[in-house]
Amino acid sequence: MLANGRASRWGLRTFALGYLAMLLLIPLGMIFYRAFEHGVGAAFDSVTTPDALHAFYLTIVVTVIAVPFNTVFGVGCALLLVRTNFRGKALINAIIDLPFAISPVVIGLSLLLVYSETGWFGDWLNANGIQVIFALPGIVLATIFVTLPFVVREVVPVLHEIGDEQEQAAQTLGANWWQTFWRITLPAIRWGVGYGVVIGTARALGEFGAVAVVSGRIAGQTQTATIWISEAFSRYDYTGAYFGAVVLAVLAVAALLAMNVFKRKEAA
Amino acid sequence: MSSAVTGTSGAAPPRPAYWPRPGGAALGRGLVTAYLSIIVLLPIAALIAQSTDGGWSAFWSAISSPEAVYSLKLTLIASLIVVAINVFAGTIIAWVLVRDNFPGKSALNAVIDLPFALPTVVAGITLLALYGPSSPIGVHAAFTKAAVVMALAFVTLPFVVRAVQPVLMELDTEMEEAAASLGAGPFTTFRRIILPSLLPAILAGSALAFARAIGEFGSLVLFSGLIAFKTEVMSGLIFQQIGNGNETGAAAQSVVLLAIALVVLLVFGRLTKWSLRHAG
Repeated sequence: MLANGRASRWGLRTFALGYLAMLLLIPLGMIFYRAFEHGVGAAFDSVTTPDALHAFYLTIVVTVIAVPFNTVFGVGCALLLVRTNFRGKALINAIIDLPFAISPVVIGLSLLLVYSETGWFGDWLNANGIQVIFALPGIVLATIFVTLPFVVREVVPVLHEIGDEQEQAAQTLGANWWQTFWRITLPAIRWGVGYGVVIGTARALGEFGAVAVVSGRIAGQTQTATIWISEAFSRYDYTGAYFGAVVLAVLAVAALLAMNVFKRKEAA
Repeated sequence: MSSAVTGTSGAAPPRPAYWPRPGGAALGRGLVTAYLSIIVLLPIAALIAQSTDGGWSAFWSAISSPEAVYSLKLTLIASLIVVAINVFAGTIIAWVLVRDNFPGKSALNAVIDLPFALPTVVAGITLLALYGPSSPIGVHAAFTKAAVVMALAFVTLPFVVRAVQPVLMELDTEMEEAAASLGAGPFTTFRRIILPSLLPAILAGSALAFARAIGEFGSLVLFSGLIAFKTEVMSGLIFQQIGNGNETGAAAQSVVLLAIALVVLLVFGRLTKWSLRHAG
């Protein structure tokens, strides 16, 4: 109604488009320009240095470990929350949302205080020759912490929606719980799981604050892609920083497209 | 609940399809608890323990130093400004996406979620590309307080839009038409008819945006520079304290930041419920 007047409709549309353009779209377009300002060759050279390649490789390794962990946990935890009753359910629900309320830097510090050499488990980890902080396990832990809620939060509403009648029927007909899960539940929740996995993957690829604290940021060793980008910027390698940002932005847009497909499949 | 069971005394009680034996469910609960403990609970417990490591006086001096007070003030004020921007711009964007029609609208709708998928460092670099030292449009916002607000507005963009949008879609236009036909102007219609229905969603989106804004770090590192007594927000100060080896001080500041986020989410949760009851 408000926008029924032609003038106000145009006014609101112009404001919305202008806001999104100035904050999001034009700046995003600019990183492409900045990355290739000095030619494609220069851009390519800047991100094919050993340190840069290692950083992107490490990011992929971390994501490939962290996302499956949270996917298995997320589906199992959602089943427990929706299909069973137990004391402390509300508490588990609250804990799952905690990563949304905590600064990534604080997440990093918290992990440091438990798993570093001087942390709670420091002596035990040292005695067993396990290095967590300033090494791969620490980066993985930080990434898992940050992306913990995504799969659970996508699957819980889907489980509520599909109900458990088909599962009951399968069990009445003699299916064991694995058959019930594999044949009935998982096909019904697959788009929800897919959505959670994609947004979790996007976040894992892009995590910065928590990883910056626990990784030690050693070039060629514990630098992830995002940390390499920020360090490149700090040493005035703008072409490298912008091109690295372009690579991650393209991945984010791909994730966004996948999310839209999953959302539509889920609605269908 | 027990009366429902006695009401169907003849039929077999419904049994849960999953983990029909209590042992399986207990194992699942154990695994979930262990996972959450290793990843989340132990680290948070260690954080709280570390914050009190030097006693109450050390805790107090860590959070009352001039730099900490400045950072906290900047964090809260910038986050409040960003929430206000989001309430205004987010509601308008949601409105345009639901009620307006123009070519490219569905693409625009998809773009809203981009800040959720885009790495925060990339968000910062993105803003630097247009508003940095070599800005092609002559706007030099980098390393200023404006940069803090812009970066926070970038990363919190989707919250209010995505909260308001579904409510607006379900909203019946009949009431609005009735109000208009009775002589209400567009502003009165919005304030008296639409806004009360949208308020719970706006509050819920605002709470999430605020909680996200006060902890933000990645998008600020490069664009705001995190300069002490100028653009250094709380997360920046904590990061710097960790680098200096002052884990106790950093933990104390972290606990304050975490407490604020939790209180805000709790209070806004209550407010949202209250406004839902009064939305009619």
